[in-house]
Parts: sequence; structure tokens; C-alpha cells
Amino acid sequence: MEILNLEGTEDTPKIILDKKNGIFEISGRSLPEDSAEFYRPVLEWIGNYGAEANPSTEFVFKLEYFNTASSKLILDVLSALEDIKGMKIMWYYHEDDEDMEEAGQEFSELVEIPFEFKTY
Amino acid sequence: MNFIYELHRTMMSEKLILVYQGDFTQETTKSILAMAERNLDSSGEESSTKRKVFNVMVEALQNIVKHSDELVDGETRSHAAIFLIGRQANRYSIMAGNPIRKTNVPNLQKKLEQINGLDKDGLKDLYKEIIKNTTISEKGGASLGFVDMARKSGEKLEFSFPEMNADYCFFCLKVNVPRGDE
Repeated sequence: MEILNLEGTEDTPKIILDKKNGIFEISGRSLPEDSAEFYRPVLEWIGNYGAEANPSTEFVFKLEYFNTASSKLILDVLSALEDIKGMKIMWYYHEDDEDMEEAGQEFSELVEIPFEFKTY
Repeated sequence: MNFIYELHRTMMSEKLILVYQGDFTQETTKSILAMAERNLDSSGEESSTKRKVFNVMVEALQNIVKHSDELVDGETRSHAAIFLIGRQANRYSIMAGNPIRKTNVPNLQKKLEQINGLDKDGLKDLYKEIIKNTTISEKGGASLGFVDMARKSGEKLEFSFPEMNADYCFFCLKVNVPRGDE
């Protein structure tokens, strides 16, 4: 499978989706002008990955900030991951960022995937 | 020329640290965010307060970009809106104003009143409800912005709709973010 690698910018997150090396990570800031457009390739990649997924997958979210338009798309990403066997979400938040911790907990209540919470 | 001094005095007395008026795009949003972030960093603001201010700013600015109505007055067309940040001893105030067609006021007002009628848990439930059941509208907003601003603020949203002319009102929004831990 091809690697999806997007450099982070001041308003879009860094994204690496690499099946071969087992790296699945969305990190940084997410406040793109058009969140649906930005996350479309990510959702497509996950759709393809689902057909030939690794036995287990740790999908890392390490977000510093995301806007509400992105939160909708993050839920879409999580919903796409929900159908893949052996999926686990690693939700990172800065140790004093209660809002990001709470955001992760809310997402975990909306999908049926195990979440592990970690500080950085 | 004295209006320059008058404007300066108003900004000082209202404790405004940033004022922008004009067209709003994603590019201006990024510039304003960068300016405000530098200001908050250099004033040594607590990181939790900084994050909340940043959060409310993004939603307020992107609301203007996506939802401000174009003001059409005869031959004149304008997208002009205003964005302000004030810093008092105990709180930041993020303020925004933009033209809105009178026909759009009742819906918006209803939405804001609904949000102001909810407590912390009510806002959380509404947030989850919206995120689960809506798709991004054609303008790209998820109608989550106001709910999120109210949650980050912890206070009621302040708003008013002064009349501009027969067809338009000016939507004024003020969101307070307390400084310090609480």
C-alpha cells in the first residue's frame, strides 16, 4: 500500500499512514478552511487499508488543537477505523490540557474502539 | 486627524489588544491568530487560558469567514466585518461583528438562546448530539462553533443584533474567557 504522508502546516496536521512500518499518526493543529476536503484522502486511505489491514493497528492522535469543523471529520475517521479488526486508538494530550483529554474521552464514547490515553 | 487619537483612547479604555476590520479569509484568520498568539506568549499567559482563547478565536473567525452575509446596498457590496480581543485583569473577551440578513436573525438567535439555556453537562450532550447526527453543511460549518465557544468560555455568550438598514442587522458576539485556572 502506498504511504500517505502530509507535512503539517500552521492550519493542517501532520499525517503519516504507513502500513508496512506500522505507523498511523495524525498530529499537530487541525483548522483547515475546508475540513471535509482535507480529510478526504485520509478517509480514502483508511477505506483501502480496511481491506488488507495488519493484524493489529495502533492509530495515534497527537493533536495540539482542532476546530469544530475538524472534530466532525475526526469522528468520521474514527468511524472508518471502527470497522477494522485489531484497532486501537492512542490518544495523546499535553499533560495540562484537560480540554484535549476530555475531547478524547468524548470521542471514545461515540465509537466502539478501545482508547488508550497518554500524556506528552 | 483627531479621530486617530480618539480611536486610540477608546482602545486603551476598553483594554483592546487587537482590532481587525475588513475582509475575512482563511489567510487573515491565520495572520490574526499568529499575532494574538505572539501577544499571549509575550505576556506570559497561562497555557490553559491561551488554549481556550485560541480555541474561541478560531471558531469566531471561521464563523465570520463562512457565515457572514455580504452587505448589498445599491451598487455597494461589502464583506466588512470586525474582530476584537480585549484583556481585562480577570478575563479575555473575544468579540466579533458582521452583517447578517434580517431573515437569518431569528434562527441564529434561537440557537444562541438554546445554548445559553444549558449548563456544562447540557452543552456536552448537545455537542455530542450535533457531532453524531449532522453532516458538514455546504458552507463547511458544523454548527458546533457556538456550542464549543460556550464550553470553552464557561460563561453565557453575549450577543445583540443592532439594525443596519431595512435588510440587515449587525451580529455582535462577545465571548469571555476567564484568566487563571478557573
